[in-house]
Amino acid sequence: MPKIKQPVRTPHIDMTPMVDLFSVLLIFLLLTTSFRPQEAAPIDTPNSVSEKQAPDNDIMTIFITKDSLVFFNFDNGKDTSTHFRSKLLQKMGEQYKIEFKPAELDKFEKMSSFGMPIKNIQTWLNTIDSKERDKLQIGVPTDSTDNQLAWWVRMARLTNPGAEVALKGDAETPYMVVKKIMDLLQENKVNKFNLVTNLMKDEVTMKDMPNE
Amino acid sequence: MAELIVEDKGKKGGKRRPKKHSTRIDMTPMVDLMCLLITFFMLTTAFSKPKVMVITMPEKDQTDKPKDAPQIAANRTLNILLTGNDQIFYYMGMADPKKPPLPELVKSDFSKDGIRKILLLRNKDLFTKIAQYRDNRLTGKIDVADTTADNEIKRMKKDDKHGPIVLIKADEKAKYKDIVNIIDEMAICNIASYAIVDMSPVEAEMLKTAPK
Repeated sequence: MPKIKQPVRTPHIDMTPMVDLFSVLLIFLLLTTSFRPQEAAPIDTPNSVSEKQAPDNDIMTIFITKDSLVFFNFDNGKDTSTHFRSKLLQKMGEQYKIEFKPAELDKFEKMSSFGMPIKNIQTWLNTIDSKERDKLQIGVPTDSTDNQLAWWVRMARLTNPGAEVALKGDAETPYMVVKKIMDLLQENKVNKFNLVTNLMKDEVTMKDMPNE
Repeated sequence: MAELIVEDKGKKGGKRRPKKHSTRIDMTPMVDLMCLLITFFMLTTAFSKPKVMVITMPEKDQTDKPKDAPQIAANRTLNILLTGNDQIFYYMGMADPKKPPLPELVKSDFSKDGIRKILLLRNKDLFTKIAQYRDNRLTGKIDVADTTADNEIKRMKKDDKHGPIVLIKADEKAKYKDIVNIIDEMAICNIASYAIVDMSPVEAEMLKTAPK
């Protein structure tokens, strides 16, 4: 009996639903994305029940690592045309007699958190290799002889008077280090702190009320 | 997943028809690209925005003139001493070396039956009031906006005249997370008034002799 010859076709998979799904995912991610900012050092924040969200703009963040290193970050404000970051660097340059080129100011604007003595900041900005650059991140000096963090805070407050202060400390940082920085901020008339924490639900109801 | 399309050969001798091309589009490259994009966005997106805990500290006096400490009713005062290692010591009233005997330190911790029990017990009236108010809102007995409810709770806290006044004091061994945890505990237990203050030498001395 002769066999009927079928035309040779590879098995065909309909990919349309997959493409649909991918499109939906992609659009969702595109719309909701807010890029994770690069941070100078890993910081493991403590937990709290607070559900208040950190403000997106007009915020200066002070990072305190486990090893008590201090990093600083300052945003460009809601309207990026205000160029708060380059203005801040310019003011710091005037304070410490360092001349910054426009290209350097421009580059500084695109960077995120930083932490180094101000005299190293030009080297940091002009280093192209990111690994080399990270090696320069040794923390903002906060000792009383040359308290550069105080100047950063002061100048940031002058540049953007509406900026709030966020403290992002590692859970294991000694409290005395944090206290020193809080004191420094209070000397600069900052009395309201946003402590960055992880949300961890913990509710107490009347059932938990101990009986005498 | 490219598909092999075998075209039918026209019959010999028949009319020559224009070649029929398949209308199917190969979507593989598109899917590849989408996969890549989705992966990229997934990895760079920061989904959960950081949460913050707001604390407001009293303004520091720049003038160094000694000011009388605000009078606090001693019987309402609850002193919490933080000393690292998840250890808490607390005592009621005031430790005044001029008025012996010194109050005894009680050891506690951050667990459910630790300091929270003490705080809830001391703050029973206010906590019950706020819990009831929240419950009424949940069950729909009171129908108010979130801001109104927040203000109402704030007012309740302000009017509270019986709850404890908690003084939080930390020594050099305390970690940042201890402070955050204890402030968090204040929020959980609806404590109306609390403050972070410096530890007095008497208290440091008391800690040394405290039961370990």
